[in-house]
Amino acid sequence: MNNLIKNSSKTQELTYELKIQDAMDKNYITVSSKTSVSSLREILRKKRILGVPVVDDGNLVGIVSIEDYIKSTEQGKLNETVETIMTKDVVTLFSDEPLINAIRYFEKYEFTRFPVICREDNKLIGIVSKIDTIKGILKKLETVYQDEEERRYRASHFFNDVIADGISIELKYLVEGKNFDKAGEASTRLKKSLNRLGLPPEVVRRVTISTYEAEINIVSYTEKGEITAYINSDRIRMLITDNGPGIEDIGKAMTPGYSNAPGWVRELGFGAGMGLPNIKKFSDEMNITSIVGEGTRLETFFFLNDNSDEDKKEEGK
Amino acid sequence: MKSLKDIAEKLNLEVISGNTEREVSGGYSSDLLSDVIANAQKDNIWITLQTHLNIVAVANLKELAGIILVNGRQPEESTLNKAKQENIPILLTELPTFEIIGKLYELGVKGNKRF
Repeated sequence: MNNLIKNSSKTQELTYELKIQDAMDKNYITVSSKTSVSSLREILRKKRILGVPVVDDGNLVGIVSIEDYIKSTEQGKLNETVETIMTKDVVTLFSDEPLINAIRYFEKYEFTRFPVICREDNKLIGIVSKIDTIKGILKKLETVYQDEEERRYRASHFFNDVIADGISIELKYLVEGKNFDKAGEASTRLKKSLNRLGLPPEVVRRVTISTYEAEINIVSYTEKGEITAYINSDRIRMLITDNGPGIEDIGKAMTPGYSNAPGWVRELGFGAGMGLPNIKKFSDEMNITSIVGEGTRLETFFFLNDNSDEDKKEEGK
Repeated sequence: MKSLKDIAEKLNLEVISGNTEREVSGGYSSDLLSDVIANAQKDNIWITLQTHLNIVAVANLKELAGIILVNGRQPEESTLNKAKQENIPILLTELPTFEIIGKLYELGVKGNKRF
């Protein structure tokens, strides 16, 4: 543990930030000073623990460890009570102390666990062991890491940071037909990437939802397809192509509720006849061309300039 | 606004994935994914009997608060794994759709349109 602290400054920082109450075990077991040594043995054995605090009337009066127990058997004290074998000068920690104090105590004393006391009423409220300390730090690291990840994505404003008269980014995703286990993966990856580029969440949502519908169409009806996003500073253009059977009557396919989906697709909750209507609903502009026996080409646009975006949506209605 | 955690506790829903410390804006129920895509709103709780992997993708894309699976249905293993990975709450109930929605309504979880 000492090395862990020395090598990692973030961990070190956390040991000051975390309180002992954040890491301590609140579901601890206690015995009373009147508990017999033989019952103590059973408790230690059954619960597989190395020591328990001794509590009388809610007050901590001692701590008894497996070492105390072993010593007592040597001295033939099996029929006596815990009181005669426990350590009475208990080293305790307050719940509001920083976790680093527990780590210092582990180094300073040779105990494996310390009772944790509430500063206000001096009552026992937990136990802290080395394992609890490590778990507490790991848990905190995990949340710190998640927050950091989120913050980093939000902080990136690619189009503000890169200086050029024109910027264009192309992101390509390949979609496998008939594989519903992977359906939605391209759209989900696209969503993450668009978020990382710092694009407005409202636009990202519309792009990924309409792309998801298109992706489901590729999976449902074709062998394979391609999704490409062309991102400029003022708009996102999505191009979705496949080499599937093509759409015979696009007008019909655009009618909400009309669907050609086979039974197995419907069973998965798709094929409601809302795919193309949804794509149109969530995009600012949509063009679709299809040749039966060759494939379908779908193009959608999403405008990024805040004002024109709203206007275009309004005009469409 | 109600918290998902609160709803789960009051209606005895079994939480098997995701973080329930979030607010629920309302509810939507459908077993057709495109219908959910079209009509569910952000932070809605979604009531469905679909258990396939794609419910996680839809919940993720629509930024739903969580998914309630009805009739004692269990999600497929791949669904559960994905839900854990994407931190999408999935909650289970033995009740059928009609009953669970009735109870949600009683708790004040309403639909999106005001009639």
